[in-house]
Amino acid sequence: MDFSAPLCVCLKHKIMLLEIKNLHANIDGKEILRGINLTINPGEVHAIMGPNGSGKSTLAAVLAGRDGYEVTEGEVLFDGKELLELAPEERAAEGLFLAFQYPVEIPGVNTQVFLRAAVNGIRKYHGQPEMDALSFLKLIKAKTKLVNLDESFLKRSVNENFSGGEKKKAEIFQMALLEPKVAILDETDSGLDIDALKVVSGGVNALKTPENATVVITHYQRLLDYIVPDFVHILYKGQIVRSGGKELALELEENGYDPITAQFSEA
Amino acid sequence: MARIQTNQTQGAVTRYEEAFAQFERDHSAPAWLQAKRREAIATFSRLGFPTVRDEEWKYTDITPAANLVATPIFQFELNGAAAKVRTQLPFQALEGHRLAFVNGHFAPDLSHVGTLPEGVEVRPLSEALAAGSERVQQAFGRSVNGEETFVALNTAFAQDGAFIFVPADVELAEAVHLLFLTTGDSATVSHPRNLILLGQNAKLTVVESYSASTDGVYLTNAVTEIESGAGAHLEHIKAQLESPKAFHISTTQVGAARDSQLRSSSLNLGGRIVRNNPIAVMQGENAEVTLDGLVLTDNEQLIDNHTTMDHAEPHCASHELYAHVLNDKSVGVFNGKIFVRLDAQKTDAKQSNRTILLSGDATINAKPQLEILADDVRCTHGATIGQLDENAQFYLQARGIPAREARSILIRAFAGEVLASITLDAVRDEMEERISNKLQ
Repeated sequence: MDFSAPLCVCLKHKIMLLEIKNLHANIDGKEILRGINLTINPGEVHAIMGPNGSGKSTLAAVLAGRDGYEVTEGEVLFDGKELLELAPEERAAEGLFLAFQYPVEIPGVNTQVFLRAAVNGIRKYHGQPEMDALSFLKLIKAKTKLVNLDESFLKRSVNENFSGGEKKKAEIFQMALLEPKVAILDETDSGLDIDALKVVSGGVNALKTPENATVVITHYQRLLDYIVPDFVHILYKGQIVRSGGKELALELEENGYDPITAQFSEA
Repeated sequence: MARIQTNQTQGAVTRYEEAFAQFERDHSAPAWLQAKRREAIATFSRLGFPTVRDEEWKYTDITPAANLVATPIFQFELNGAAAKVRTQLPFQALEGHRLAFVNGHFAPDLSHVGTLPEGVEVRPLSEALAAGSERVQQAFGRSVNGEETFVALNTAFAQDGAFIFVPADVELAEAVHLLFLTTGDSATVSHPRNLILLGQNAKLTVVESYSASTDGVYLTNAVTEIESGAGAHLEHIKAQLESPKAFHISTTQVGAARDSQLRSSSLNLGGRIVRNNPIAVMQGENAEVTLDGLVLTDNEQLIDNHTTMDHAEPHCASHELYAHVLNDKSVGVFNGKIFVRLDAQKTDAKQSNRTILLSGDATINAKPQLEILADDVRCTHGATIGQLDENAQFYLQARGIPAREARSILIRAFAGEVLASITLDAVRDEMEERISNKLQ
């Protein structure tokens, strides 16, 4: 793509949802992300694949604002705003959503109370009045149907004693509730049986609009049978080493990561 | 062995002795009580105030409370001030009976006692004494350890507090709120004294609250004696919501008879230096006692809970859960004694003490102390100390909940383990709100 300068500025504001430029990040002084470049536009589904330890989850964590990562270089624009300057809750309020690989169990915190705090936290950020209990209840009940969750989970503590499938469904339910601009699904397929996988991916597909975007982080091609990506990127040693269409995922399925790791280990 | 009085608090002991002389001169009492008071002040004079060299007071320097120079208030009437303090009372949403005491003295304007089942007594101790109650005469001071300095001091000066008697097979459906309020700008000392007697299979829910309409310095030195008949049920809540500069010392003595089920929760948000001694003695088989506690501190608060579970008889169960949330430079002390006497076979005792340190400068001193003489028992104890779960905090923030609110949600969840067992919604809800406000 080669735009003339003024057109580029114009499109940047209108089109790009997430723009990652030369992102470098360390954990405990060790460089994990080594110059990531990625642009995501509305309506797109991107898959980021890679072998274990390639930096997939680190990328998700850095974007969501988890503590313990040091960004040493680069920048991230989220809908035109400097994402890395924002606190995690501000990123969420701006419309970034991370579906956790391991959703955290929080004993003693009622799910419904938690969800209401989340919705109202975001409303407050945008200067909107808090949602009253009744309208909120109506809203969540409508959304539970999307991922086939029993309403009783709303009365339980956040993720506590949920099965693997329930946890992932609850993540997608939260995504439905918060209606993010960009959803990052971090290994959402891990620990799911095929039925749960279908429900979860069905939910993700149902939430897709021309205005939002989805980033699917996964090790396996399996999930991409259900959430079909427009673009596939292969992350290896903290860099995107190949990008392509959905056929790239199939190529990985057939040959594994070895041909790629071999090629880049030599380099 | 006579204790060598330190110079640090010798003046204070003398002041109390002088105050006692005045108290005795101006406020006559029945002969039996007068004798008890004299005995108590003599014990107090002999014991003096403890120092950090006493094992029981190792982490709590009580000198500032001992040395508080206060005008004794042997008489007090609210008069026109009732309307002013009415809006500041805790647990106003709690329905039921209320006995209110201001600066240690009964305040009829703030009290209301509804219709009571036959034989039930809910009245100020002063009134029961004036009426020559034999029950009071028999039970007053019967179960507490008179050789403890602050109990002795309370006994010497005790004038008022609540007297509750629930006869056998009677259930008092509505809760009784014993409200202790301190007002005024000058430093005061009060010695609230409560006596609660439950007959066989009697049932009672009672809430003690200690609060202030001043943010000044004062000392509350409270003693509550609870005796139960066989099969009695009690839910007891002590909410310590004193002013941030206050000193608060308390003994809650619970006697559990055969088949009784007694639960006492000590909720501590207030005070500058606080020492609570909840003591339960299981005096009959198959009794079940719960002593729970919640401590939420900030700034330079020091809150010390010394609990005692005394298994004197076989087949009894005891449960203890203490939760501490300590911020800033505050200090928590938890010392949990469990005695299992020689005859107390088949004892089942559980003790758990959990702490969250919100600041690197906060301190917890936690010590389980088990003395087990019987050989067929189950006693477990555990202590955890940690910080708030960072993963949980991040998870909440990642969903749009601001950092401070996320922290508050997690702390309330931790405290909720203690609050969950409180059956009075009005008390639980208000405590949750008070916790939220304190965390703001």
